[in-house]
Amino acid sequence: MARLNINGTIHEIDAEAETPLLWVIREQAGLTGTKFGCGIAACGACTVHIDGVATRSCSVTLADVTEAEKIVTIEAISPDRSHAIQKAWLELDVPQCGYCQSGQIMAAVALLDSNPNPTDEEIDAEMSNICRCGTYNRIRAGIKRAAELL
Amino acid sequence: MTKHFTLSRRVFLTSSLAATGALALGFRVPANAEEAAGATSDVKELNAWVVVNPDDTVLVRISRCEMGQGTLTGLAQLIAEELEADWDKVTWEYPSPGQSIRRERVWGNFGTYGSQGIRNSQQYVREGGAAARMMLMQAAANRWGVDVSAVKAAKNVVTGPDGATLTYGDLALEAAQLEVPTEIKLKDPADWTLAGKSLKRLDTEAKLDGSQIYAVDVKLPGMVSAAIRQAPVIGATVASFDADAVMGMPGVKKVVQLDDYAVAVVADTFWRAKTALEALPIEWDEGENATLGMADIHASLDEGLGADQAFIGTQRGDVKKAVAEAAKVVEADYYFPWQHHATMEPMNATALVSADSAEIWVATQDPEGVLAITAEAADLDILKCEVHRLHLGGGFGRRASSHEYARQAVLLAKEMPGTPVKLIWTREEDMIHGTFHPITKARFVGALDADGNVTGMHMRISGQSIRAGLMPHAMDEKGDPMVFQGLNEKSTEGEFGYTIPNLLIDHALRQPPLRPGYWRGVNNNQNAFYLESFIDEMAHAAGKDPYQFRRGLLKDHPLHLRVLDAVAEGIGWDKPAPEGVFRGICQHHGYGSYVAAAAEVSVDERGSLKIHRIVASTDCGHVVNPQQVEAQIEGSFAFGLSAALHGEITVEDGRVQQQNFDTYPPMRMDEFPKVESLLRPTGGFWGGVGEPTIFVAAPAVTNAIFAATGKRVRQLPLSNHDLSA
Repeated sequence: MARLNINGTIHEIDAEAETPLLWVIREQAGLTGTKFGCGIAACGACTVHIDGVATRSCSVTLADVTEAEKIVTIEAISPDRSHAIQKAWLELDVPQCGYCQSGQIMAAVALLDSNPNPTDEEIDAEMSNICRCGTYNRIRAGIKRAAELL
Repeated sequence: MTKHFTLSRRVFLTSSLAATGALALGFRVPANAEEAAGATSDVKELNAWVVVNPDDTVLVRISRCEMGQGTLTGLAQLIAEELEADWDKVTWEYPSPGQSIRRERVWGNFGTYGSQGIRNSQQYVREGGAAARMMLMQAAANRWGVDVSAVKAAKNVVTGPDGATLTYGDLALEAAQLEVPTEIKLKDPADWTLAGKSLKRLDTEAKLDGSQIYAVDVKLPGMVSAAIRQAPVIGATVASFDADAVMGMPGVKKVVQLDDYAVAVVADTFWRAKTALEALPIEWDEGENATLGMADIHASLDEGLGADQAFIGTQRGDVKKAVAEAAKVVEADYYFPWQHHATMEPMNATALVSADSAEIWVATQDPEGVLAITAEAADLDILKCEVHRLHLGGGFGRRASSHEYARQAVLLAKEMPGTPVKLIWTREEDMIHGTFHPITKARFVGALDADGNVTGMHMRISGQSIRAGLMPHAMDEKGDPMVFQGLNEKSTEGEFGYTIPNLLIDHALRQPPLRPGYWRGVNNNQNAFYLESFIDEMAHAAGKDPYQFRRGLLKDHPLHLRVLDAVAEGIGWDKPAPEGVFRGICQHHGYGSYVAAAAEVSVDERGSLKIHRIVASTDCGHVVNPQQVEAQIEGSFAFGLSAALHGEITVEDGRVQQQNFDTYPPMRMDEFPKVESLLRPTGGFWGGVGEPTIFVAAPAVTNAIFAATGKRVRQLPLSNHDLSA
């Protein structure tokens, strides 16, 4: 049985080695904040952090990840919605349907972790997740607002 | 059933009457179906909207569905406004279709489509809030022994003539015993303090930390999961499949054929179900569409462009005569391809069926429709069924009709009584088995006199009708009037704004078999693209400025003109654009709202398009939440421009060719322009905002591309065009 470190807790995982990390997180660990969107790493709804790197979990298998790697999901970027990105998202009413927002937030958190004051071009380059509701300009404004709050 | 129902509501709704001991003014929630069946006589409809809890919180009920468009918050604002509620104490819940049917549909239509969530609810929800407020005031007046005219209500507090105060919570019990008022006077919108304001959405927090439960996230005790394969060729059926080949795979519980067109695998987890499904040998009878391709489809639509027979939408004067006498004749053909909704949350549903009950957990724009589907699929009385509503991870019309995923989940659950079954479509199943924006073409003939005035125009639409696809029994000699959305004469819903003395707009029904459906904006999308492009073509042929040309033609339609003027001013039409930047402009009227847009684009020598800036204006009559209307305007450009730039569903060998976001790519952040929203409400009417701006997204950009390159984009999407010099 595989063991994974998800949000600081070691989970015993009963799944085949080729099972995507996304479905391990959703169905074995029971954390449904990480969303299924496309299954081909095209949309980013399933974005999580693996050792701080934004990763599309639908295209990483259980076999690809070790217990030593720290997986962080949307549920654990702050205990109380107090991360600057979450505060900015609330302040600007960023989400519409919200389904893509877990992935957007995980991508945005990783961006600010590596680049605390990104330009528009840097935001364009790093934020490639799809939002069908069209919240892109509020996401951009939210990242800039979060940069001020950090 | 009652037991499951109560449990699930505790899990998913923000509040529970039983748990809080709250009193609903004028009605109570029935404990079970038997009680409910006899309890309808004392239902007081107006107050079904408002519950005041003894702790002074206010629960408002929202019958329409929230899919991102902000209707939930807007309706709460309207109720709270008339209730004189303290906004910080307002909570909400969805009533269920089962409750509604037991109470003679006290919450009206749950359907959330046609940009109607606010405009077709506003009257009765405001009356519900006002009636509740009047009862609370009367209860306070009774307590103090004064006439109700001597008390005032504001922010959950009633104040008496001597300055004494009582909170709504203090008064809830007494108010609930009073007669529901029948004469209700609503506030003048000029006096609004909550409605009309840019309040924050009520549903944001849970979307920031993964705690928002969508249908695909539902967990129930003992639940199993299913994956499905539906016929890959349009209209094909299952010939055979070999269940034994996969029954030994990990977690697999069952292999089930559904109707004649699908096979599903049920397993302990979705991933195991999907893995087994991919290993399952299935043979199909491909049927009559096995060789269907775009060549056949284009030929059919092209034939319709010139056909003698067509359904007439608008006819005035004599177009043939006007064309024969014209100084100049302008002609052009256009094409708007099939589009896909591609909601971020793929279709899914979870069902639980037993011998005498059926429940479904689902994201839908039509909860009552799903209730009927559930009852039919479970073969149970509708009073034994219930629909549990979750926020939608995108709707855009896909979840407004054709809920076969709901039916499939119920059929699967029926095979496993007492076990909840969650069915999830993969993105590929979702993409192939959509309800596609109808495919159409249009042919225009325009007549100009020697001064460049438009004397006549024939617009022929050829292609699909949604009604013919979804409700063929409703087609008659008039065809499908919805095909002419935004092109009607004398319509508060969508009026053709240009004054053209000789005009004919007609539709040749050509119905290739790929299923059409309601796609956000519906037929306004292609109609606005066609018409606003051709108006531009006629302006060019007449040697006139496209804005001024429209101004002249809109002289009899001041509200159409007003938003056009607003975007012209906003973009600075009378001033030169920046070096290398070119502008396009357009307008349309649909779902009761007047919309216009102007775009600034540049096209480099390699043909690469950049959309720098969009200015958009909307007159929706009354605005309930300005920042949410702005969010809808912005979002509309992502939806409309995704289609215009990249969107095209095609069919070859009877199969949809696009299966995921790699071949049906929506717009991403790096392509998305700056959007400036100009709200220009004139009051006096209620228009929708969830869809209208989509109409003007494509033509604003394609008209700007013409200004930049001289190339007229007559066939979408833009990705099929070479814009290089």
